[in-house]
Amino acid sequence: MNRQRLFNLYGVLAIYRFEMARFRRTLWQSLATPVITTSLYFVVFGSAIGARMGDVDGISYGAFIVPGLLMLSVFTESLNNASIGIYLPKFTGTIYEVLSAPVSAFEIVLAYVGAAATKSILLGLVILGTASLFVPIHIQHPLWMAAFLLLVALSFSLAGFIAGVWSQGFEQLQFIPMLIITPMTFLGGAFYSIDMLPPVWRTVSLFNPVVYVISGFRWSFYGTADVGVGISLMAMMLFLLLCLTLVWLIFRTGYRLKS
Amino acid sequence: MNSIISIAHLNKRYASGLEALRDVSLEIERGEIFALLGPNGAGKTTLISIVCGIVRLSSGNISVDGHDIAREYRAARSKIGLVPQELHTDMFETVWDTVKFSRGLFGHRPDAAHLEKVLRDLSLWTKRHDRIMNLSGGMKRRVLIAKALAHEPQVLFLDEPTAGVDVELRRDMWALVRQLRDSGVTIILTTHYIAEAEEMADRIGVINKGELILVDDKASLMKKLGKKQLLVQLQEPMLAIPDGLNDWQLVLNDGGNELECTFDTGEEQRAVPTLLRRLGELGVEFRDLKTRQSSLEEIFVNLVRQSR
Ligand SMILES: Nc1ncnc2c1ncn2[C@@H]1O[C@H](COP(=O)(O)OP(=O)(O)O)[C@@H](O)[C@H]1O
Ligand SMILES: [Mg+2]
Repeated sequence: MNRQRLFNLYGVLAIYRFEMARFRRTLWQSLATPVITTSLYFVVFGSAIGARMGDVDGISYGAFIVPGLLMLSVFTESLNNASIGIYLPKFTGTIYEVLSAPVSAFEIVLAYVGAAATKSILLGLVILGTASLFVPIHIQHPLWMAAFLLLVALSFSLAGFIAGVWSQGFEQLQFIPMLIITPMTFLGGAFYSIDMLPPVWRTVSLFNPVVYVISGFRWSFYGTADVGVGISLMAMMLFLLLCLTLVWLIFRTGYRLKS
Repeated sequence: MNSIISIAHLNKRYASGLEALRDVSLEIERGEIFALLGPNGAGKTTLISIVCGIVRLSSGNISVDGHDIAREYRAARSKIGLVPQELHTDMFETVWDTVKFSRGLFGHRPDAAHLEKVLRDLSLWTKRHDRIMNLSGGMKRRVLIAKALAHEPQVLFLDEPTAGVDVELRRDMWALVRQLRDSGVTIILTTHYIAEAEEMADRIGVINKGELILVDDKASLMKKLGKKQLLVQLQEPMLAIPDGLNDWQLVLNDGGNELECTFDTGEEQRAVPTLLRRLGELGVEFRDLKTRQSSLEEIFVNLVRQSR
């Protein structure tokens, strides 16, 4: 009873398990789609086109795109999973139970975001496995790689949670990935080094958070980066902080969760 | 301290500007069955939702078993079980998983024996492996009740529990409610049926347009509320009410073609046969008979008028 007053562990576990069960029910869609898509990228960009491309920063093109592709899947999935995770109960009305339960805002976020991040990390590892079937992969800084993966999965799941709270319809739920994430991803240096861009676009790119994510992540693989690793890390921390602040505001004001 | 829920000067204004509750103060006594009676839109669901933490209050204070619902929300909420008005259920989960979820959510360690008892009490045990979406509406309502009872609440809110519910479930539900009350659980139910409040409650609160008009024991309230009317369609129009009928409250309608007689509820079983016998003795012939219960609308109009 005393322990429950400080932290509702059973409550967090209940939500987390519920979300993971949803994931298991759609395991095939959740994993097969990204794996097939990534494989296609490797076939098209890595083998077909990559064979005619020179190395980038001394890395074969096929290997060069691995970190970017992996990140692309991880943050799209983080956004999707977390936004649907909180949007669905809002949509079906079952959120009443979570709101009426003795769980704190922190615990709610921990459970939903934790589950979404778990899923996308699992997915990232599966994609990494898939990629290794196509190109030889070497990870220079495995711990940093794991840290970046975790940080990205967490912050983009948080962003997804916010999007799910904000959304008032399924169209809005798809609006963010379609209109914001896809362009940011393609312009984020997944398929090229931003050094390859004309100076103007290089400057523009520096305002794109995805550039920092991919650059930092690629550094953990190959030791080369578009922007300094420290800057990458800081940019990602800033993004995480921004998301945390927004979530805090949501719960403080009850925004779109409580009338 | 005898009240388990204490509501003081509660106001709620929705973002739309609508004032859903105005200066509501209410004490719910430990172990009672309390019915919140009011027409649609009166603010019943809003009131319950605020106590449960789903809707934010605009001003006022609420405590549950001595715990303020804002400052000590964990202690307050863990005492409450809520069965919502709408059938908000998951789809793909099984009955068993969803009650297990509810128990965990409220911070309780797993207890398969308790969950089994709850499901058996609600005739859901054989359905425990079914997905919720494959259940009928009545079964879904049972599932919602089971979820609310999964964490052994001390206070149970039932928001319009019998809306769209079949006779069998209604009977089971009332049996369960009495059993829960006997085990010490306080029950607060909302309804817009007077008969339902009358059947179940120890005390009744009447709410209309966001204001709690009165709170009273069932017995004394029913006297004020219930009126039943007998309408007698006459064969021949009557010019005036005959002297032999002075014992009844009678009015002539429709140019003397209809005789309207008003009784207090409970009284009509004795009064109707004697009135009809009397009409026979006086040689008054009639074509048709209708009874009418004064509608809740009329009753509220009366109550509001009285409370002014
Ligand atoms: N989320 C909301 N936003 C604005 N108005 C609301 C909201 N919920 C309910 N209302 C309004 O508040 C009033 C009381 O509603 P409610 O509490 O649901 O009444 P009841 O449960 O007694 O039928 C109604 O006029 C209703 O339209
Ligand atoms: Mg209601």
